Amino acid sequence: MRRLMATSVFLVLACGGGEGGDGGGGGAAASVAPLGNGTISGVVNFSGSVPANPTIDMGEEPECVEKHGGSPIDPVVVVNDGKLANAFIRVVGGLPAGPYPMPAAPATLNQDGCLYQPRVVGVMVGQTLEIQNSDPLLHNIKAVPTENRGFNISQPREGMSTSRTFTTPEIMVPMECNVHGWMNAYVGVVEHPYFARSGEGGTFTIAGLPAGTYQLEAWHETLGTQTGEATIGPDGTATVEFTFSS
Amino acid sequence: MSSVQGGGRREEGGGIPRVRIGAAFAAAAALVLLPPPSSLLGQDLERGQVLYDKWCVGCHGETGEGDGEAAAFMLPRPRDFTGAVYQIRTTASGELPTDDDLRRVVDVGMPGTAMPGWEDVLSRGERDDVLAYIKTFSRFFDGGSPERIATGRPPRVTDDGLAEGRRLFEEELECIRCHGDAGRGDGTSAPEQTDDWGFPILPADLSENWNFNGGASVEDIYMRLRTGLDGTAMPSQSDVIDAGIITEEQLWQTAQYVESLSPPETPAVRDVIRAARAEGALPSNPDDGGWNQAERYYVPLVGQIIVKPRWFTPAVDGLFVQALHDGERLALKLTWHDASRSPDADWDVYFRGMIRTVADVDGGHVSEQGPDRIAVQLPLALTDGFELPYFLAGDSRRPVYMLQWTSSTDQMQEGTAVGMGTFAAAGGASQLTHAATFADGEWQLQFTRPLTPVDTTQSLTLVMGRPIPIAFFAADGTSGEDHMRGAVSAWYSIYLDVPTPTQVYIAPLVAALLTAALGLLIVRQAQQRERGA
Repeated sequence: MRRLMATSVFLVLACGGGEGGDGGGGGAAASVAPLGNGTISGVVNFSGSVPANPTIDMGEEPECVEKHGGSPIDPVVVVNDGKLANAFIRVVGGLPAGPYPMPAAPATLNQDGCLYQPRVVGVMVGQTLEIQNSDPLLHNIKAVPTENRGFNISQPREGMSTSRTFTTPEIMVPMECNVHGWMNAYVGVVEHPYFARSGEGGTFTIAGLPAGTYQLEAWHETLGTQTGEATIGPDGTATVEFTFSS
Repeated sequence: MSSVQGGGRREEGGGIPRVRIGAAFAAAAALVLLPPPSSLLGQDLERGQVLYDKWCVGCHGETGEGDGEAAAFMLPRPRDFTGAVYQIRTTASGELPTDDDLRRVVDVGMPGTAMPGWEDVLSRGERDDVLAYIKTFSRFFDGGSPERIATGRPPRVTDDGLAEGRRLFEEELECIRCHGDAGRGDGTSAPEQTDDWGFPILPADLSENWNFNGGASVEDIYMRLRTGLDGTAMPSQSDVIDAGIITEEQLWQTAQYVESLSPPETPAVRDVIRAARAEGALPSNPDDGGWNQAERYYVPLVGQIIVKPRWFTPAVDGLFVQALHDGERLALKLTWHDASRSPDADWDVYFRGMIRTVADVDGGHVSEQGPDRIAVQLPLALTDGFELPYFLAGDSRRPVYMLQWTSSTDQMQEGTAVGMGTFAAAGGASQLTHAATFADGEWQLQFTRPLTPVDTTQSLTLVMGRPIPIAFFAADGTSGEDHMRGAVSAWYSIYLDVPTPTQVYIAPLVAALLTAALGLLIVRQAQQRERGA
């Protein structure tokens, strides 16, 4: 029981980052102690007219169409109330030298309704990426990196799960399915755990940092990159905003 | 390798025992410290570069990025060595190939692509030097030894095993998504596939194993299933085994089923296509059972790269020819694989990719998908000499008689030509009939014409009992092949069997009867003599 509790605490810490729950967040890991307990909270804004997302002809996969209520959309640019989702934010400057604590939980990339969930996911170098198939049909998962070794694996059955890791930082590793040409996801591979994805409300948090000034970069698959800065003071918090436009 | 030989060399003149022991230790140490003999460490990189610059640079480029001068005309494109992404490996998906994996490709080439084998051109040492140099193009080769996947042994081939292999191919692993029901590379996901560099690629035609890049044995096929073909859409099935969804034996059965999709023997190329005299009526369509009596002749085709507009990436690389006659008419059946029935809107993405990717310096690509086309040519007149018309549709001195078929209109025309692009349809009523079918990535076309045409100035009299030159042209509209862009064959011959003369059957009968009569006569005479005596 004690052991179970310890594990739970561990997991809670590990999942500290990111609105999407997939941030590295600097949670505790067995070998390296957290660098600090400061947190950067941020929001990603979007200004201008929101580009329309393309519809997807999924006619060949009725099971997937059904999951989308009949009219699947390719969520390339997701904006809610002026806030941009699926931006990938990471610390690019101001960090003390490593080593950095490894997020305890694996990151997850799910294939659901013939789309990737989430569309953007971060992993630390060496952190496990768990790739799941929640569709009752064949997907293959092909990683097409330039800095890392790629892979291409078959997942012909619902419930199948496969784990992979990356060895080298890379922004971003495109993931694709050759059975369903519309499926695209992006994996950010970072040398440290201080990264996050903006959630549906455009917000994110990066936790586990010591006090200090940090440079950050936000990446979006079609809108490019934005930079920002945040200073964690004695109270252990900082805020940052990014603004993308079309 | 040379160090091993040096260390183990017998000391001349015997030497003193201590030296011998020392030499033995040195040899043993060398054996322990040296990499396995298959490793490419210690090769002569300078010689490798000289050889690379001589033989490889034209396609693969100076910096190994697969961008040599000829690359733009090729599909698939030459390998970009910088990423160290290789299709043919015995290692897990994403892993580097072993040195022996690389050696294999250099030795035997990549069938179905422009990459030839170098076994007969360069020595083992030279090939290894080139390979060692090629590895320097990529930072991924860091001296490590990639792990070869252990595959075990295939189970015995059984009907049940093949049926299970088929089930896995169709339902469990869903290979048909790309490779199609008959494995001819015409699956629903086939048109949209690109390689890692964004160039269009087609799934392998699994019924033509002589084009398998990594070899045609069941072990080769199994290895491709286990490792996938990195850089392409073909995934590795190893994780499916690891997840317990299928067993290794089931993957072997899948490989055995794939193996069964190709003919047991690679079709031999023979110079003479024999048109036997048909038993019964001539077949009336390509699916007619009467064709079972006709032998299949394989005719390889190559890109038409002589007359502009040229084409370096032919879609149809061979066709099967069958011929029968009945003394009055000749029936010819052509069978060839083509994943698309052009033009086909579903294949537009592939067509667009093709014309975007394949460089054209001869007047520009067609802007819309054209039809699939076939042409068969024979000399317009037979001569007693050996001189043949020019193999590309003849010339003004020696014209050819040509039969042209087009998929979009399903029309077949007779005419004459005095060079590529000069086809002139024959006037007058045609006695030509034809029928074409398309299914599962395969065209079958039969046409029938009289041996003796009405107008011999526009057609050729097909004489029995002598070889008649014949050549073929094929084009795939979906691949951007229009006009003269397509694939051509060399001259072959068609030989119409001479009907057996009646006297061939009567003479032996007469001889037998005479012999019997003579025998009877002798016996009777002998009996009479005995009675008389």
